[in-house]
Amino acid sequence: MKRRLFMKGTLAGSAITAALGAGLLAPRAVLAAWPESAMTSKEIGDTGMASATVKIKAPEIAENGAVVPVTVDATGVDGIVESISIVAAANGVPLAATYNMKEGAIPFVSTRLKMGKTGDVYGVVKTASGTVNAKTQVKVTIGGCGG
Amino acid sequence: MAKSAVKLRAKAKKGMIDIKCLMSHPMETGLRKDKKTGEKIPAHFIQTVVAEKNGTPFMNADFNSTISKNPYLRIQVAGEKGDEIKITWTDNKGESSSGTKASK
Repeated sequence: MKRRLFMKGTLAGSAITAALGAGLLAPRAVLAAWPESAMTSKEIGDTGMASATVKIKAPEIAENGAVVPVTVDATGVDGIVESISIVAAANGVPLAATYNMKEGAIPFVSTRLKMGKTGDVYGVVKTASGTVNAKTQVKVTIGGCGG
Repeated sequence: MAKSAVKLRAKAKKGMIDIKCLMSHPMETGLRKDKKTGEKIPAHFIQTVVAEKNGTPFMNADFNSTISKNPYLRIQVAGEKGDEIKITWTDNKGESSSGTKASK
């Protein structure tokens, strides 16, 4: 790890802890910490086991890669869903979004992605007992990255 | 940037609220080039979205730059008619905007 980055990380970390201790930060501000390492990683990451309980809906052929509607429905998954991630495997940075569920939230999300080229789209569902996924292939005729 | 950056619709049905939301945002990845000048357009995208019901957050999402321009989001939460839904986003430049709507 680069020393400068590391120092920055630890400093920021300790600042947050200190602020928490003093009760300065509202809980929401803490939650809003953006997971930069995951969001810039070029790896697909842990997608867990394939499961029929997760339903993913995306078009088979996306004519416009700039707007690919994706729906992930994890209401059939056993246990409490902690988060749902949408991963487009063919993209330079595969992780598109992570939705962290709290009490009351129904594990269902729908959004639109940009996709550079044809590839699998994963709906990754994390529960207390493990990670499961569903995937579907989307064929992209016109890429949505660059222009 | 366009004004009123969060368009929100919330509808209650059988004990759950279906929320559809449109955020107006350019979602630049930082990889695109300006066609005229050939310079890179700096990244500008939504990083976090927080959804609240009656002031309690029930979901927070982390977006990457691969989410489409003017992001669309549909989520669901347990709730009744009249519950107040608030959606707030923050982008990588620290700008933020929010929208509030009572569920129908």
